[in-house]
Amino acid sequence: MISIDGLSFGYSDQKVLSIPQMEVKEAEHLLILGNSGSGKTTLLHILGGLLQPKEGKVVIGNTDLYSLSGHQRDKYRGQNIGLVFQKAHLISALSVGDNLLLAQYFSGTAQDKGRVYEVLEELNLGHKAEKKVRSLSQGEQQRVTIARALLNRPRLILADEPTASLDDDNAKKVIELLKCQAEKYQASLLIATHDQRVKEQFELQLNLSAS
Amino acid sequence: MNLISLSWNYIKSKPLNTALNVLLMSLGVAIILVLILLSSQLEENLAKNKRGIDLVVGAKGSPLQLILANVYHIDFPTGNVKLDEAKAITRNRLVKSAIPLALGDNYGGFRIVGTNHDYIKLYQGEISSGELWSYNLDVVLGANAAARLQLSVGDEFFGAHGLSVTDLEHDERKYHVIGILEQNGSVLDNLILTNIESVWAVHDHDEEEHEGEEHEAKELGSAFETGFPEGDEEDEITSMLIQYRSPMGAVQMPRMINANTNMQAASPAFETQRLFSLLGIGVDMLRSFAYIIIIIAGLSVFISMYNALKDRKYDLAIMRSLGASRGKLFVHVIIEGVIITTLGGILGIILGHGLMEMLARSYEKSEEVGVTGLVFVNQELYVLLISLAVGLIASLIPAFNAYKTDISKVLAEE
Repeated sequence: MISIDGLSFGYSDQKVLSIPQMEVKEAEHLLILGNSGSGKTTLLHILGGLLQPKEGKVVIGNTDLYSLSGHQRDKYRGQNIGLVFQKAHLISALSVGDNLLLAQYFSGTAQDKGRVYEVLEELNLGHKAEKKVRSLSQGEQQRVTIARALLNRPRLILADEPTASLDDDNAKKVIELLKCQAEKYQASLLIATHDQRVKEQFELQLNLSAS
Repeated sequence: MNLISLSWNYIKSKPLNTALNVLLMSLGVAIILVLILLSSQLEENLAKNKRGIDLVVGAKGSPLQLILANVYHIDFPTGNVKLDEAKAITRNRLVKSAIPLALGDNYGGFRIVGTNHDYIKLYQGEISSGELWSYNLDVVLGANAAARLQLSVGDEFFGAHGLSVTDLEHDERKYHVIGILEQNGSVLDNLILTNIESVWAVHDHDEEEHEGEEHEAKELGSAFETGFPEGDEEDEITSMLIQYRSPMGAVQMPRMINANTNMQAASPAFETQRLFSLLGIGVDMLRSFAYIIIIIAGLSVFISMYNALKDRKYDLAIMRSLGASRGKLFVHVIIEGVIITTLGGILGIILGHGLMEMLARSYEKSEEVGVTGLVFVNQELYVLLISLAVGLIASLIPAFNAYKTDISKVLAEE
């Protein structure tokens, strides 16, 4: 589903990250571990098409991500990759529902309020659709970003430290949610974290500090 | 959801900032609009009232004053000229027509003008009730004069000496109102018109005091329809309005009159142009002041957007991660600036019209000059375009910053 070939990334001459070969199959879950500064976020950004690698290829399905033009890559990301970050980055000028509609608008998929409510409902956020983002708790906001990531039925879900700013209870919920939703959409799920609470829940693990 | 509603939501999310920018913009636009409305209406009215008058001949003095007093009835006359001398000019073959005017009295602040029916024809005046005068001391009122003075056909009044309200009354000879003109937007609206001989009669009476003899019998005017009245060598008129037979008149007549007679000739076209160039300095200063306000408004929009963008770089990075292209973010920021300044422009136009109308109502003379805030001119579209352009320019740099947001770097900063 997603494969990496001869990937390396660095600033000027300094090599930060180098992964010769990696593959994650459809509906497989992978945990990327590593201390801060080990390049987890960099790897995730490269996989998400946010950061051009120095060398190497990233292929999702049949698409070579970095052979696309910037504009095409933005569209591809919007339609096929769901991103979840450590902090719930929501557009605070918009309501919860409009935040999700925005994801449909920017990815170029049809704007479908029914789908928005469906996803919110799945994450127990149906009653919050009209609410302002600021009125939601941290945990709720993170659930909204997950809803946003799932909205366009992505083939790949990338989560960067999704639990770092949450308490145990919410952290557990978020991980369960990500796993079960990824299964539902048959999406590959990649989570980068140094959170010990998450570790035992995943079989497939990649430790960047060790390599 | 689209870029416009997205930008609009951002604008709504900081109402104070938006209000300040919109207000600043509207202030500049309002000032410009008042200037546009004022000058376009003044220009139009001045042009309308000088139509058909090639030359004004009157007593020596300021040519501008001659025009203002005898064409627009604003300033005081420069003095009087001898009837015979004026008549002599009209015999020149370059003169197509000449309309004599005799000023000097008023009633309730409205000027009593001695003239003939040609004067009404010049402005295409129509009678709305009663009839035009033919006997001395019969008067016809302009629409505004009749309404303000509350006079109607059959009423009588005493004229007052001079051209302002407080002057002495001629309490010997009464004027009889025999007709009222329809409103037509020309100077006629604010005048009281009669025979030249009526004006003479009122003044002669003061000097000669016919012992006890009442002027009961009506005298028919000697030239009420056209031409000059018969008078002796003592009789005077204030001015005459001349139309040339050919363009040659413009070359020869003014020089001939100014050099060879005791009178002066002034061209309304030339003098109004001069008046406008004098007024123009003040108008230009106010206008540049308004443009400075608009520039400051643009700067204020720029600064608030530039600052807001620092907090918004996460939003922008998220939008990119959701699939938005660089171009879309660029347009998104531009739209925001344009909405703010266009709102300011629209509010400014409303404010400008309101201000103009308030000015027109609070200043009595404005009715005579014919200004109002309730007309629209084409230039307002340009003003709207200017506001749009200001928004575009002000948001250009913030938009460019949005365009080159490095998503990965911004998202990794936490």
